[in-house]
Amino acid sequence: MMIPCPHCGDRDVSEFRYGGDASKQRPAHGTGDLKAWHDYVFLFENPKGPHTEYWQHVLGCRRWFKLARNTATNEIGGVVS
Amino acid sequence: MTRFRRLPQGGRIDRAKPVSARFDGKALGGFAGDTLASALLANDQVLIGRSFKYHRPRGLVAAGIEEPNGLFTLGEGATTEPNVAATMVDLVDGLVARTQNAWPSAGFDLMAVNSILSPLFQSGFYYKTFMGPTKGSWMFYEPFIREAAGLGKATGLPDPDRYDMRYAFCDVLVVGSGPAGLAAALTAGRSGARVVLADQDSDFGGSLLSGNDAGHEAWRIACIGELKSLPNAETCARTTVQGLYDGNLAVLVENRSHLRPDARKGEARMLLTQLRAKTIVMATGAIERPLVFSNNDRPGVMLASALRSYTNRFAVAPDKRAVIVTNNDTAYQAALDLATAGVAVTVADHRASVSADILSRAGAKGIAIFPGSGIFDVEGAKGVTRVKLGGAHAVTIECDAVGMAGGWSPVVHLSSHGGIKPKFDEAAAGFVPGGFPASHYGAGAMMGTYGLSAAIAEGSNAGASAASYAGFGKTRPVYAPEHVTDRSYAILPTWAPAYSAKGKAFVDFQSDVTIKDVKIAHQEGYRSVEHLKRYTTLGMGTDQGKTSNINALALMAEYRGITIPEAGTTTFRPPYAPLTMGAIAGRTVGAHFRPVRLSPLHDWHVKNGATFIDAGLWKRAWFYSWAGATPETAYVKEMELVRRGVGLADVSTLGKIDIQGPDAAEFLNRVYVNGFAKLPVGKVRYGVMLNDDGIVLDDGTTARISDNQFYMTTTTAQAGEVMSWLEYLLQCHWTDLNVQVASLTDEWAGMAVSGPKAREALQLAFPAEDLSNDALPYMGCKDFPFEGVTVRLLRMSFSGELAYEVHVAADYAISLWAHILKAAAPTGIKPYGLEALASLRIEKGHVAGLELDHRNTLDDLGLGKMAGKEKDYVGRALRFREDCQSPERWSLVGLELMEPDKKLRGGSILFAATDEIKGHGRGYITSVTWSTELNTFIALGLYKGGLGHEGEEIIAAFPLKNEQARLKIVSPHFIDKEGARLHA
Repeated sequence: MMIPCPHCGDRDVSEFRYGGDASKQRPAHGTGDLKAWHDYVFLFENPKGPHTEYWQHVLGCRRWFKLARNTATNEIGGVVS
Repeated sequence: MTRFRRLPQGGRIDRAKPVSARFDGKALGGFAGDTLASALLANDQVLIGRSFKYHRPRGLVAAGIEEPNGLFTLGEGATTEPNVAATMVDLVDGLVARTQNAWPSAGFDLMAVNSILSPLFQSGFYYKTFMGPTKGSWMFYEPFIREAAGLGKATGLPDPDRYDMRYAFCDVLVVGSGPAGLAAALTAGRSGARVVLADQDSDFGGSLLSGNDAGHEAWRIACIGELKSLPNAETCARTTVQGLYDGNLAVLVENRSHLRPDARKGEARMLLTQLRAKTIVMATGAIERPLVFSNNDRPGVMLASALRSYTNRFAVAPDKRAVIVTNNDTAYQAALDLATAGVAVTVADHRASVSADILSRAGAKGIAIFPGSGIFDVEGAKGVTRVKLGGAHAVTIECDAVGMAGGWSPVVHLSSHGGIKPKFDEAAAGFVPGGFPASHYGAGAMMGTYGLSAAIAEGSNAGASAASYAGFGKTRPVYAPEHVTDRSYAILPTWAPAYSAKGKAFVDFQSDVTIKDVKIAHQEGYRSVEHLKRYTTLGMGTDQGKTSNINALALMAEYRGITIPEAGTTTFRPPYAPLTMGAIAGRTVGAHFRPVRLSPLHDWHVKNGATFIDAGLWKRAWFYSWAGATPETAYVKEMELVRRGVGLADVSTLGKIDIQGPDAAEFLNRVYVNGFAKLPVGKVRYGVMLNDDGIVLDDGTTARISDNQFYMTTTTAQAGEVMSWLEYLLQCHWTDLNVQVASLTDEWAGMAVSGPKAREALQLAFPAEDLSNDALPYMGCKDFPFEGVTVRLLRMSFSGELAYEVHVAADYAISLWAHILKAAAPTGIKPYGLEALASLRIEKGHVAGLELDHRNTLDDLGLGKMAGKEKDYVGRALRFREDCQSPERWSLVGLELMEPDKKLRGGSILFAATDEIKGHGRGYITSVTWSTELNTFIALGLYKGGLGHEGEEIIAAFPLKNEQARLKIVSPHFIDKEGARLHA
């Protein structure tokens, strides 16, 4: 699988680390709402199809970014701002 | 009697170049251009081995990669390679091959008794019998069963051969060099696109190599000649495309065994290429299917296409007469070619009538045709002697060989690797690709386009489309040779024989699966083809059912009364063909299995008597020879050195992170549970980080170098994880914070100076600095220049003694380390290693990687009081979730051994005194050491309810060694609870 690093361009997936679901909004720092944190940390959709994920070019420029990927086909939709 | 012979002329062998190999200890002669298989056949070695389960005599079935029977062990000693298909081995001087699965020889095999016992060996026999009523019986019998069955054996010796791997890129990858592949590669190549043409065979041409038409050969030579003249085309023979992966990554493996590569000269036996192709044209061809009839596995019964290939390509033909049995027209190509080579041919055609065109062409060659007939039985114990026909013409024919022509199976494997299921095509009478992603194309027989001119046209079109997709415009098509008539490939689907003697009728030769086994599987309720496969082992051999799958699933469909598309296929997965493990491993073996990380002080340790231990990727100094020859004795002396004098330890493996920016203090205040916002410049603080889920991520220290600059250390194990975590928070979530982080782990070295004489030692090393308790108190830090180099001194302790860490740029590490040892020699300073370092911290009750197991909370580790009450920090909310509040959680305790004659082991399971010693217990020992202070074994552990049980006597069990010991639960801080030594 090739992943388009926004800084380095297309690179092999082996240079990256997966960083989890990026479709959810992290509760703001200072939020003490247990339910908000519980839902954010533990509840995932795990969709089959289009998905937005965090990836880090960990063996390259170390840039973190959001990537659109189809979990069923591994088709890459590109970097999401 | 002779069954096969070398023809006096013809073939693609070079008769001027005789070759001598060894087979089962005897010389085996042939010519350059022969395969091991064709050489065996040329020497009339028709019986070449015994079958997998029944040990029935077997011969070659195919001439290509689909060969199910002709598996041999190549090489000797450490270079032994089992289960290699003889059809894919070039005959070269020095080649050594032997038969497998027969004892003492293929001709006289004692295990053939299995054949007499064969009713016992039907589907599910092993499982039904040996998994029987007594528990564990399968475990008992399995090794014997595997010994009796099985194929070749691996040596168990390290492989002395060398294997290489490379990355490559191209615009168009063409897989297969048959008519369609050649046309595709040349058309794409003419556009200027970078083309790679890969073929598993030793030569290019695919099915054309097995033909005998001069016009076709001229076309083949012209195509290859033009392709090789193109600077943008690469042709790879003996190169199998083993798999296709996401992002158009193709894995190609080139076999160079025929060159007899010498590993000592750096020559690789196999080369694996990870090829990124913009587009891929699959022209993988088709494989002929056998027909199922009684004793269809007698040596000499093979695919009609194989008979044709041996005759035309290798000039090896049946001695006098061959019988060909078919359900379609394509068999007549083989029949005509054999007849041309002087073999008398009889064709039994399942179909009631044969076209006039065929009748006239066959008649001209003297070929006898029996329409409406098939094979009733085959006779001949060690090779075919006679065939009995059934149906319209129940005659008996003496013959040397039988050819089977059951139609063609497109090679759809690569097109399915991406998850697209193949679909059944009635016209092609086989499964064809179910579709392609935008950058993939198929052409020729693999698409069900069997005819030569149609395949070439489709290949040329695919090559043009692929080049265009890859951004190349103009090209010229490749045209088929003139006067080519594409004939019918339609079959009469006769999956089960209409007439058959009682002999075994094989569906899968390699796995010894008969038509009866398929029937039994159906009767016992195994309906899905995936279940059929696993229950009968059909298609699970090294050939992966290349010749058997379609017949099997067609039979299953017939039994179930459904259509073939409804039955579906099993899943195709890489690799396409058997692959030696060495080719996959490449050079990442032995010392290169994973990277090695070395401390900048490594060379000093090597020269000064250190013994090393692996810690993750790091080589760490474990103990030094001055203290003893074994770790058991040395670490105790090194601990005493630190407790009574002063020692120097390499802590360069700690993660080191430089954190800068106006918001750096706020950032640290958020990631650590304890406060960092008000840490003064010149101070260092111990801190703990949590994950979002409230579980401890890591601990470490951070020093404030200036208002906007901090210096963080992490544990060795979590260095990468913490760095990535900080970057994640800054780049993905806290983008408003103006902070930069940079890893200094490899750029800086760290050394711990520990013991009551630590200050004295450092004062001798750095006489210009005021290191008094007032000037540099506990948890103080300072940067100072020493001989023009910045030295960072942090007063903190892992051992519980008066201690400092000295950090310096890695390039100066060895000289500074040596300087400290020399200047502080009067204090008796010596180096100490990882074992003592880790033991000292256990006495002090410091948690480390063994306790921070990503399952415990701050409270579990007794660190709950550290957390800030007034501020927010990562993981705060979920730290207080209900489950994390339970007093029954496993939490940190100190443990003292109560039985002086025993010893403690890490990983021991903890039980209450009254518990039955069984199951997972109430916790376990995480870290254990001999304590020089307490003169007993002590340990840290996690125990249900933790220090709520302080003072209780419990039991540590180590079932692997059948050991038990009594312990007492104590505070994890075994020494200096008040911290007087730290503040001295």
